[in-house]
Amino acid sequence: MIRVGVFVCWCGSNIAGTVDVGKVAEEAARIPGVVHVEQNKYTCSDPGQDSIRKAIKEHRLDRVVVAACSPRMHENTFRKCAASAGLNPYLVEMANIREHCSWVHSDMSVSTPKAVDIVRRAVAKVKRCVPLHPSTIPVEKRALVIGGGIAGIQAALDIAEAGYDVTVVEREPTIGGRMAQLDKTFPTLDCSSCILTPKMVDAASHPGIRILTYAEVEEISGYVGNFEVRVRKRARSVDEARCTACGICILKCPTSRDSEFNMGLGTRKAIYMPFPQAVPNKPTIDREICRHFTAGKCGICQKVCPSGAVDFSQEDQVLTEKFGAVVAATGATQFSVEVYGEYGYGRYPDVITGLELERLISSTGPTDGKIRRPSDGKIPKTVVFIKCVGSRDENKGYPYCSKACCMYTAKHAILLKEKIPSASAYVFYMDVRAGGKDYEEFYKRSQEMGTRYVRGRVSRIYPLDGKLIVQGEDTLLGERVEVEADLVVLAAAMVPQPDAPEMARKLGISYNQYGFFSEAHPKLRPVETNTAGVFLAGTCQGPKDIPETVAQASAAAAKVISLFAKSELSTNPNVASVDESLCSGCLWCSNVCPYKAIEEKIITERAGKETVTRTVASVNTGLCQGCGACTVACRDGAMNLLGFTNEQILAEVEALCL
Amino acid sequence: MGYAYYPGCSLHGTAKEYDMSSRACLDFLGIQYRELPDWSCCGASSAHSVDHTLAVSLPARNLTLAEQMNLPLMTPCAACYSRLRGAHHALRSDPGLAKKVLTVLGSEYKGRYEPLSILDVLYQYGPEAVGEKVTKKLKELRVACYYGCLLLRPPDYAKFDDPENPGKMERLVETTGASAVDWPHRTECCGASLSLSDTKLVVSLATSIVDMAVRHGAECIVTACPMCQANLDMRQRGRTKLPVYYVTELLGLAFGLEPKRLGLTTHMVNAISLLRAKQLA
Amino acid sequence: MNHLNLSRYEGEWLSFAQTVEAEGGKKVLSCYQCGKCSAGCPLSFAMEQQPHQVMRMVQLGLSDRALQSPTIWRCAGCFTCTTRCPRGVDIAGVMSALRVIALARNVRTSRRAQAFHKVFLSLIKRYGRINEFELVVRYKLASMNLFQDLDLGLRMFMQGKLKPPRGIAGVRQVRALFRHEKGGGKRSGLRLLPGLQLTRHREGV
Ligand SMILES: Cc1cc2nc3c(=O)[nH]c(=O)nc-3n(C[C@H](O)[C@H](O)[C@H](O)COP(=O)(O)OP(=O)(O)OC[C@H]3O[C@@H](n4cnc5c(N)ncnc54)[C@H](O)[C@@H]3O)c2cc1C
Ligand code: SF4
Ligand code: SF4
Ligand code: SF4
Repeated sequence: MIRVGVFVCWCGSNIAGTVDVGKVAEEAARIPGVVHVEQNKYTCSDPGQDSIRKAIKEHRLDRVVVAACSPRMHENTFRKCAASAGLNPYLVEMANIREHCSWVHSDMSVSTPKAVDIVRRAVAKVKRCVPLHPSTIPVEKRALVIGGGIAGIQAALDIAEAGYDVTVVEREPTIGGRMAQLDKTFPTLDCSSCILTPKMVDAASHPGIRILTYAEVEEISGYVGNFEVRVRKRARSVDEARCTACGICILKCPTSRDSEFNMGLGTRKAIYMPFPQAVPNKPTIDREICRHFTAGKCGICQKVCPSGAVDFSQEDQVLTEKFGAVVAATGATQFSVEVYGEYGYGRYPDVITGLELERLISSTGPTDGKIRRPSDGKIPKTVVFIKCVGSRDENKGYPYCSKACCMYTAKHAILLKEKIPSASAYVFYMDVRAGGKDYEEFYKRSQEMGTRYVRGRVSRIYPLDGKLIVQGEDTLLGERVEVEADLVVLAAAMVPQPDAPEMARKLGISYNQYGFFSEAHPKLRPVETNTAGVFLAGTCQGPKDIPETVAQASAAAAKVISLFAKSELSTNPNVASVDESLCSGCLWCSNVCPYKAIEEKIITERAGKETVTRTVASVNTGLCQGCGACTVACRDGAMNLLGFTNEQILAEVEALCL
Repeated sequence: MGYAYYPGCSLHGTAKEYDMSSRACLDFLGIQYRELPDWSCCGASSAHSVDHTLAVSLPARNLTLAEQMNLPLMTPCAACYSRLRGAHHALRSDPGLAKKVLTVLGSEYKGRYEPLSILDVLYQYGPEAVGEKVTKKLKELRVACYYGCLLLRPPDYAKFDDPENPGKMERLVETTGASAVDWPHRTECCGASLSLSDTKLVVSLATSIVDMAVRHGAECIVTACPMCQANLDMRQRGRTKLPVYYVTELLGLAFGLEPKRLGLTTHMVNAISLLRAKQLA
Repeated sequence: MNHLNLSRYEGEWLSFAQTVEAEGGKKVLSCYQCGKCSAGCPLSFAMEQQPHQVMRMVQLGLSDRALQSPTIWRCAGCFTCTTRCPRGVDIAGVMSALRVIALARNVRTSRRAQAFHKVFLSLIKRYGRINEFELVVRYKLASMNLFQDLDLGLRMFMQGKLKPPRGIAGVRQVRALFRHEKGGGKRSGLRLLPGLQLTRHREGV
């Protein structure tokens, strides 16, 4: 005889406020098979769990239904609780009378009978539960970090410090990311290179870290603890082992193009290092423009290289390796501000972005740290900053706030004043979002240095007699205002990498409507994803500044380390299972399986007196994620998801509909 | 094929030179068109300020008439263009309103063709092709192309060109050999709809637009809107006065047509003397 | 002077915005007061209340202030604001919705602008088309603004630009559109000039 215990939770007033819990308990007691019912104020609390344990023993319960919140919330809690009382944890079923019932209704006369139905469903299912047992898989204790910005560097260092090997795959010829382009950083104004470069060098010289630059991840297969990754390391046409980074090749190269690192404000050669502190400190040949590759001529670099490191015949390398965990740290990019025709970026050279200004302020930049306006190289006297360009604008950009620009604009205004004391700075803003340690103080400092904050958006910019006329509104005055500016700086929105959806697909993770990678839970699992073993760090998950990026990177590293601290992982036993006697071997299931977990298997069996061989489906339980797609596809009804068998689901439907 | 030609009320009155020059250019280029029979006013200027439905139903009558001819509707007037497109857009996106309006009119509206401006038609003909027909180059004439509002805004339905940085009118005008100056007030509003009720304000708007054109070296202004033309022509009070031409007047001149046939003699700011001085007329 | 007591407007808080939306003024509740509309408005220099402030009045349900604001009649309907609004508010649409409502509720603030619109529509109703000559004459009579632009008018007349009116064949169909104007609302005739039958709503929209 099956003996079911039902535990109905009040969840304070969350459930009891809209559902008559007493009535639910009363009705539950009448369901055949239910031998014990009780109510609890907070079933998940210590006393609540104790009472479950006690009831299991006293009433010899062999099945448990907890009528409370969503299984996403506490299924694990109650499974552990049952296990501690000696019951197989998979004999516990949640009846979600909170998210599915009390939270979405206000009328008790509707919600109470619905809650009873939900409990009836859970009892029908739990009666058909069987004990399940997780199996274990080994863990490959090497981590892959994709993206070598500050997020990737920090995560790699933390993981390596714990004693595990890390590989960093970076698309550009150097690691460093956006932070390498910045001059000084808020709110402390320490120089970006001074705090970043040492970390880059630490990462490069750490015995546990291997950095693959000019490289991209092509494919990822496998599952937590056992990912198989294919990486393409593009040919940089320079033998890194031989090169001594003397730089003579760069000096002599006759071909150049706009420098990406300087945001197009300067040029770089065809053989180049993005910036002098690049890591690795070896040049790369840009085959798109190199005259050897485009015209079959030149080859000067090869001739001048004293160590014979230039190698035009170098080919891409494809590596396939195993990793136990992956950290995605692919960062973000800048909104294309050309979209704002009214601001004229692209038409008026003195309308620039914040990142371009960083390069103009930086002593390693195209102007050696002198702020000069691009059109004529003059020192600007009046600079206008416009915030939220592409952010908080569902018409031309994105509805969200980019979070870092309020503060970096305050920083820019301060740095402007430091570099050109006589200059005046105007900031057109809607809000100053300075929620962070020492941020409001930093904003105040910028105000007190004489920055004129004007509350309102700018409608239009047009050139007139060598100036840019900035037409805005001072909403506090209720008056349209104009500023005659020499330079206008747009705080461009932080937007997802254009290839983020593709990267998400490779990683098997989801992304939001804009393309930022989605965390497993916005509050409680901020660095995990819905795919076990894949973690997030930095601006690929959403706009953030450096302190937040670094914190998240260390958090992701901690997750990787705790994963690697186990020698084996237990797998989820809710996997697909084939009833070979029913399977006709059509293998339709293997077509629909998104995880490639179904293989074909030949079995031999006796039919009457003969022995016959036939094909059946076979599930690789290591790969199966329990999505259930195959169970629906199977025409023979041979495929079942353990814990969600066809029989169980039909019993639930019957309990609800009959 | 060809087009249904909708002149609109202004072109039968104060903007008759726009009507004359439009027809002259279309004829010259061999573009087929027939005047929409028994067309009615599209309600521009007022209907949308008095009744939301009327703003759609007045132009709708003309849209259905054109659909009965099975021809795309084309108009030189930017205000009519705006109202016709607005109604076209509303009829197709608001089924409730469409039903209400079409029942009164007793007709259907599928909206197969989007209403067009004469500039669209000339542009479809092709700036190069237009250029090939030019016989008299308007060399050394520096023009400021003025788009105003209604060809470009709101961008939901007025889609003639990029609302912030248009360029199609310049391309058409430059086929005549004239040079288009780069100036900032190409899409600023001249306030024409307030011309009668708030004249003082409108004088200041029109004057600042014309002054800006002068500052950028323009010798004349070109427009495709009878409201803008009339307004800039009548209300400018700057030190330098600029003649304000319709695009079709300049094109007509470049095609070698008679200034009189183009209506050039009926402007407020003398439209002939500049041309004479340049030996273009 | 009393402070503005917002609690007194709670009743109209949502309903007024909804009325405005129904007349074509979309998304006014989304406005976050950035002022980009006012910053680009060619007429904001002549507006006592800036466009974004009018949006604010609608948001707060201050219907009397919004409808009495001369701004709604100053607006030229150029759609610069609508084109640039980062929150997708159709400011020009809100302005024209407010004019519609003001006329319907007979809130009289701008005699001239109101007279202009009334004359304009009455002519369409009469002839099916606008005759600019009659438009100007009747407008001048209605607005008591007789002498302005006399010189211009004279010149135009000489150039054959101002011609006597003529009706179109389909004028009955056009009139039918006016009858349809507002489903079921009570109307009363308003005589501006002899022979001009104008429509207005006695009740609110
Ligand atoms: C103008 C400006 C000023 C700023 N100033 C400050 C400041 O003063 N203080 C502050 O705290 N923050 C500031 N920030 C914010 C700061 O730049 C970011 O928070 C930080 O750089 C984010 O680091 P990240 O590692 O997440 O991303 P990124 O720095 O963008 O790094 C991502 C890396 O991943 C690589 N990558 C991308 N896709 C792939 C792929 N598919 N495969 C391999 N590699 C890939 C990229 O090449 C890049 O190297 C500023 C931002 C801007 C735009
Ligand atoms: S951080 Fe500031 S500037 Fe950036 S989008 Fe948010 S509010 Fe705008
Ligand atoms: S532009 Fe839009 S959001 Fe900004 S104040 Fe105007 S209506 Fe509001
Ligand atoms: S539509 Fe009206 S409110 Fe908007 S910018 Fe033009 S004149 Fe100003």
